[in-house]
Amino acid sequence: MTTFATPSSPSAPASTEPSVAQTWGLVARFANPAELMHAAEAVRKAGYRYWDCHSPFPIHGIDQAMGISRTILPVVVFGVGAAGCTLGVLLQSFTNSFDYSIWALVWVTGYPFLISGKPLLSFPAFVPVMFEVTILLSSLTAAFGMLAFNQLPELYHPLLKHPGFGRATDDGFFISIEARDPQFLRSKTGEFLRSLGASSVEVVES
Amino acid sequence: MSASSSMQGHSVPASGMDNTVESPGQRAPLVLGTGDFHTVTNQVCRVTEHPNVPMAWYIAFGVSLALLGGLGVAVTYLIFTGVGVWGLNNPVMWAFDITNFVFWVGIGHAGTLISAILFLFRQKWRTGINRFAEAMTIFAVICAGLFPGIHVGRVWFAYWLFPIPNQMEMWPQFRSPLLWDVFAVGTYFTVSLVFWYIGLIPDLATLRDRAKGTIQQFAYGLFALGWRGSARHWHRYEVAYLLLAALATPLVLSVHSVVSFDFAVSQLPGWHTTIFPPYFVAGAIFSGFAMVASLAVPARELFGLKDIITMRHLDNMNKVILVTGCMVGYAYSMEFFIAWYSGAPYEQFAFINRAFGQYWWAYWIMVSCNVITPQLFWFKKVRTSIPAMFILSLFVNVGMWFERFVIIVSSLANDFLPSSWDQFIPTWVDIATMLGAFGLFGVLFLLFCRYLPMIAIAEVKGVMPEASPHWEGYAKGHGSHGHGSHGHHGGAPAGSQPALQDPRTGQP
Repeated sequence: MTTFATPSSPSAPASTEPSVAQTWGLVARFANPAELMHAAEAVRKAGYRYWDCHSPFPIHGIDQAMGISRTILPVVVFGVGAAGCTLGVLLQSFTNSFDYSIWALVWVTGYPFLISGKPLLSFPAFVPVMFEVTILLSSLTAAFGMLAFNQLPELYHPLLKHPGFGRATDDGFFISIEARDPQFLRSKTGEFLRSLGASSVEVVES
Repeated sequence: MSASSSMQGHSVPASGMDNTVESPGQRAPLVLGTGDFHTVTNQVCRVTEHPNVPMAWYIAFGVSLALLGGLGVAVTYLIFTGVGVWGLNNPVMWAFDITNFVFWVGIGHAGTLISAILFLFRQKWRTGINRFAEAMTIFAVICAGLFPGIHVGRVWFAYWLFPIPNQMEMWPQFRSPLLWDVFAVGTYFTVSLVFWYIGLIPDLATLRDRAKGTIQQFAYGLFALGWRGSARHWHRYEVAYLLLAALATPLVLSVHSVVSFDFAVSQLPGWHTTIFPPYFVAGAIFSGFAMVASLAVPARELFGLKDIITMRHLDNMNKVILVTGCMVGYAYSMEFFIAWYSGAPYEQFAFINRAFGQYWWAYWIMVSCNVITPQLFWFKKVRTSIPAMFILSLFVNVGMWFERFVIIVSSLANDFLPSSWDQFIPTWVDIATMLGAFGLFGVLFLLFCRYLPMIAIAEVKGVMPEASPHWEGYAKGHGSHGHGSHGHHGGAPAGSQPALQDPRTGQP
């Protein structure tokens, strides 16, 4: 993780105090969702960029308070879903309606099935599988796309080993501000978070 | 202690209170006994963290394991010998195998209905029961998937089900409903599993953060994927969850429709019926909810979850059972009407034979358990009585198994040609396989109860009134921090920071 040197830190070369250079950021705990949301608004208005809120459940309205822009995940899911539908058509018409050969690691050839005198390209019969392939691919995209955009799995993170932060998945409401934020100043940012009503503000080592 | 509980003077819904009463203008509480997130976490995690499990769990696990062993023996014998070890004969070529398949797929419908359809309808009570209903779905579909696999006889050709050319360079035939079924059930299993897992991630993180042992920390930590409750993550998570719900909703309706096509697309009287898709879906939801109720009632007693799976949840489930039971009853009578109205003698015979022929007893078990006894749920006393709902839900399970048996076996046993009529008599292998599927289900479900959070912790917290930043309890306590207003644009923030940049910190 990159850490920005704190630009106006008067206290001396980093070599004397390795923990200063190791600072990942600050984490402040708030009492409840209401206070977290108010604090989040204030942090956004103060112009911080690399910061986040942490809560055990999604808090309604915190996206607007933090200024999170809407994810493009639905667009991606739609695209993949449309591709899935096309794939369903191609799969069924290739395997059941024509005898083209294509190379898919090995040469494979379609097999024109003539069943009960029905047309070779009997489209209505293909609808259920088209539907299922569409749903399958779009659901997988929704799930794994969400994880990818969230950069998960991320099994190591400085916050996760910070003592006390475990309450973020229980009943704790936190704001973390990263040291790489251009506005980050350990003392001033800490002071700011405390002024927002944080019950504790702690340094997170990276 | 959570700060939210220290919010002075706000009344908390009493533990064990009657929250089934409807009072207009007031939302009934869904979590009783606490207004505190930490208590909810404790209540749910206690089940997995407690070193001792109730004796009842061991007994149930032992019984399930024994049945599962029986399944192993029966399936091995079947594979080594051939499907002749079942009681199948010439007209009755499907019996217990496909009955069990359709039964288990039906059971599997409640989970996704609760997690997807009720989510889209904003039914907040779903949060108390959705996790283990989804788990039940997955395990039921595993049980269901077993049967098509073994009923083909030569299981080493099971790959013919998949779009892979066989040794004659032939592909599967996509105009067959049996192949639609492979895609429908396969998709349903995959999507249900993904949906379940996505819902589990925040709760696995909760277990990770509370875990004491190294193995637990590692295992929960691995599957929690490093979740840290980030608001930016929650944003995409909620969008993904909504998308999954929207995609799973048509899926859940399609799966049993496709299963019903296995019958409806054929020409057999008693199967060749246009009412089958909606009728099967209603029946699936009916049996699925009954199974959820049969499992939820003992689970909440055993693991002390009565304040999260409250009487209101059970009451609501019983209402769903009543409604879908009525739909199923309507379908039974409409089948008879259409058989008469069609003027087709074979169709008419098939239905009279169902009710009064050699399988009359199975038909009347079905009607009693599915149509008659659920009518008791019209009475609130019955809907809120634990013993009554438990017994009635077991009746529904029995009735729905017999529904599939009646449809499959009675239609096949007495087909067009009286000289070919026969009777199906199950062998010990049939019975061991049927019971073994319950064993498989039981083993998986009991392991789930022991090692994973049975309740969607994060979602339950999210429907508590305290989860809203605009909850009135917060208005009092919050003047002390110098914030005057609630609104997003109300007043300048208290900090003396220069503001007014536009920090678009969102990422895709």
